[in-house]
Amino acid sequence: MGKVGIIGVGQSNFVRGYPGSIRELAFEGFREAMKDAKIEIKDINASIIASAPEYDKQRSPAGVIAEYLGLIPQPTFYIESVCSSSSMALRVAYSMIKSELHDIIAIVGFQKMSEISSSESQERMGRGADIQWEAPFGTMMPAYYAMYAQAHMAKYGTTGEDLAKIRVKAATYGQINEKAVYRKPVTMEMFTDPESNISATVAKPLRVGDCCANADGSSCIIVANEEKARALCDKPVWILGLGAASEAVNMAGRDLLTGLSVGIEAGKQAYEMAGVTPKDIDVAEVHDCFTIAEMMAYENLGFAKPGEGKDLIASKETYKEGSIPVNVDGGLLSKGHPIGATGGSQIRTITLQLRGEAGEMQVKDPEIGLVHNIGGVGLYGNVTILGR
Amino acid sequence: MAKKEVDDRFKKFGTVSFTAITKTNDFINYLEEGKVMATRCKECGAVYFPPRSDCAKCLNSNMEWFEVTGTGTLLSFSELKYAPVGFEDDLPYTIALLDYGDYKVFGRISQEIPYEDLNVGMKLKTESNNLPNGQLNYVFKRP
Repeated sequence: MGKVGIIGVGQSNFVRGYPGSIRELAFEGFREAMKDAKIEIKDINASIIASAPEYDKQRSPAGVIAEYLGLIPQPTFYIESVCSSSSMALRVAYSMIKSELHDIIAIVGFQKMSEISSSESQERMGRGADIQWEAPFGTMMPAYYAMYAQAHMAKYGTTGEDLAKIRVKAATYGQINEKAVYRKPVTMEMFTDPESNISATVAKPLRVGDCCANADGSSCIIVANEEKARALCDKPVWILGLGAASEAVNMAGRDLLTGLSVGIEAGKQAYEMAGVTPKDIDVAEVHDCFTIAEMMAYENLGFAKPGEGKDLIASKETYKEGSIPVNVDGGLLSKGHPIGATGGSQIRTITLQLRGEAGEMQVKDPEIGLVHNIGGVGLYGNVTILGR
Repeated sequence: MAKKEVDDRFKKFGTVSFTAITKTNDFINYLEEGKVMATRCKECGAVYFPPRSDCAKCLNSNMEWFEVTGTGTLLSFSELKYAPVGFEDDLPYTIALLDYGDYKVFGRISQEIPYEDLNVGMKLKTESNNLPNGQLNYVFKRP
């Protein structure tokens, strides 16, 4: 049985208030991926649509979007694991190709978050946690991650300054990513300047600067079996390893508060399947919905020992020139985080890096890349390892 | 003919409840009596908080209630300065997780304890609490 290759990647600009409907938004990422793959719509045998529900009035968006993209009568369906939906969709596409059910599949991730207000969005995202026992206390995503930050600080002596360094790195690259929603620089001083919005507390110890922004956006990944990938694509990027895991929805059911168990477990699976170790990774995209999430990802993926993530960012090893460049496209912190589109955007970034087409953000000659995509507060985790 | 009575007691849980009907509805009556309860499987002895009506260890539904007593260790906490829709009037408030050894309890820190006094590792107890809007929850207090 052959490999599964990525033959086309695309993403819309990630923006505030996209001036169009969800089908039009999805079209933008799809069109770019189709131009990249240089194939015809009829070559695609199936589509998988990925997003998180409750942002849209549209029920069952898969059919509506597939029709708008010209992907009927091919089968289409919806995959949801909140923020990791499009990575989970890639996992499903991989198995559908390996089983020889289909030979080319388009994965379209999208989210139009601006349909609702920010506090409504927090309430909906909070309901991605346990609605029966925890949401009635007034939970939201930043507060859950803040609890992880608090525990990490208590155990390892991590500080707000350590976390701020991650945001400063993200903004360094967000400024040169023309598809990012947040393109302004962020300095360490802004985190201590009471006049700056960056320093405002959201949920202690996390500040506005520690949090990614809501955005509207779409992404598309086109995958093919080895035969088609070699025939159609000059530089196919191969899926070498896939890992996925789940964790207790409520905090009360969790044993680890200084890392995400799903990141550890999914990473372990992906490394084993790919036959590589953390040292072999040349460039990575990790799920930095909050600065603490990137810090934990360093440790959970084996780029740093537990508690030593702060040293990795302090020594700038996760910058473009460092030993393990992470999120050199600005990450979720600067790109924005349109839930269902995020995993596809991360996979696009690593694909472009491995093809040597990442422009100003290009890391020197990477051979193996990793994508770490988390759903909810470490509720779902997907790790994907890609290679040339 | 009288309408069939719907047992939606759980809608009283928390500032805003998102669940009305559950087999663990008795949790609310216990809260009204001033007790915070967990469940234990009578078949295999597994203990659960939050309470469950079915055991994931042995797949039985033969559960009994027991009270959360004594103190737990504060594992983590966060004070919110922004709130989701419906919780704005509660701001600022602090969510937290206590470790009781066999189980953990997620909830809110009592307004009586200033944020500055909180430390990971400190001992706190769990107590039922009446909210100003007539709803019920539980909070963590000094022992």
